[in-house]
Amino acid sequence: MAGTDDGPAVALRELGRAYGDRVALAGVSLELPRGSTLAVFGANGAGKTTLLRVLATLLRPHKGDASVLGHALPDEGWAVRGRIGLLAHDPLLYRDLTARENLEFHARLHDVAAARVPVLLDAVGMTRRADDPVRSLSRGMAQRIAICRALLHEPELLLLDEPLANLDPGAASRVEPLIGRSAGVARVLISHDVELGLAEADLVLGLRGGRPELLAPAADVGAGDLRELYR
Amino acid sequence: MRRAVSALVRKDLRVELRTGEAVPSMLLFSVSTFVLFHFAIDRRSVEGDLAAGVLWVTLLFAAVLGITRLFVAEREQGGFDGFLLAPVDRTSLFVAKATVLFCFLVAVELAAVPAFAILLLGPSPWGAVPELILVLLLADAGIAVVGTLVGGLGIQTRARELIVPILALPLMIPLAIAAARATEPLLLEAGAEALPGRWLLVLGLYDLVFGLLAFAVFDFLLEE
Repeated sequence: MAGTDDGPAVALRELGRAYGDRVALAGVSLELPRGSTLAVFGANGAGKTTLLRVLATLLRPHKGDASVLGHALPDEGWAVRGRIGLLAHDPLLYRDLTARENLEFHARLHDVAAARVPVLLDAVGMTRRADDPVRSLSRGMAQRIAICRALLHEPELLLLDEPLANLDPGAASRVEPLIGRSAGVARVLISHDVELGLAEADLVLGLRGGRPELLAPAADVGAGDLRELYR
Repeated sequence: MRRAVSALVRKDLRVELRTGEAVPSMLLFSVSTFVLFHFAIDRRSVEGDLAAGVLWVTLLFAAVLGITRLFVAEREQGGFDGFLLAPVDRTSLFVAKATVLFCFLVAVELAAVPAFAILLLGPSPWGAVPELILVLLLADAGIAVVGTLVGGLGIQTRARELIVPILALPLMIPLAIAAARATEPLLLEAGAEALPGRWLLVLGLYDLVFGLLAFAVFDFLLEE
């Protein structure tokens, strides 16, 4: 049955995912309203990236139910692709193409007018280096181009894995209107910066060993509670 | 689908023009193999069935090099995830990659076949160039289809470099037989004979059957 475009941005019920015998994610249940931000915390290997990849339709859930933008995964994944913007660990850019060529390629895949490319490049302050191959850019610069790629098609849900990693303070403040709270879209944000993540969040999920250890409104969570997850 | 295919083909050709990772290595491999054959079979020239066999074995092994490079950028630079996140028909990746591999093969043959004629071939091939081009194009289409199918299978596996030749070469045996038999009468010392229609038909059927098969299953190969 086809889903609806109403309802929460993300709804999970007892979501589980394993790699062979190793459980990467288990028993995650939550509901994220549209326009809200879920911040996900946890030590390395806690299951944060797995959760993000399931929501991005790149991994199939093995247990429970997952619904994104009103559509059940994985059956209706086709309906949400193109409405999600993923900013992953890897920038998902071709190193031998220039920044502009990469963005124009993704614009064509998403059927977005090429005119949006220079607008985004300007917004992240990369116009001057737009015609350099990605392999010649610093990690911070590549991250800014990756942000452009994730935003090209004006997604309704942003999946952000350490979005400010490698960015200097100037670049971080430049991209804030694009991917920060003021962007106004639903976000799932992975962060190891407890204070920053908490300030951005409406809902907080803490994972340990793939299992939810903390799920609460951000207002009810203190930085100390989150630091416990890393011990 | 046309939009996605055109974007993927343009991207791949641009990357190849810039890096030259596939075509030059396929060409160098082909020429080196012709030289090796020259010494290994201890003949100054070859003709007929031996010439056709040497040509097609060399081109098929060169094609395997191209197939192993076909999905490298998608695998190693995250292009595969980027593609999967786009709202496009996943079969467009198959069509685009098969088109790109076909272009690579044609580019290699533009230099490798004349090199073969100069280094090894006894009879002059000039009298049968249009027929030879027809056989090459039909065989290239089959190699492109099967190569892309096998390359796609390799995306999700760890032993990709092993899987491609292990699967591709046996699948291409019928193609190698048909292409060599179709080429043989074109490379005779006594002068080129007419193209054997039966083997052209086999090549055409091979292209059709594997084309339809690949079109039907490629989407599932991309599933995690």
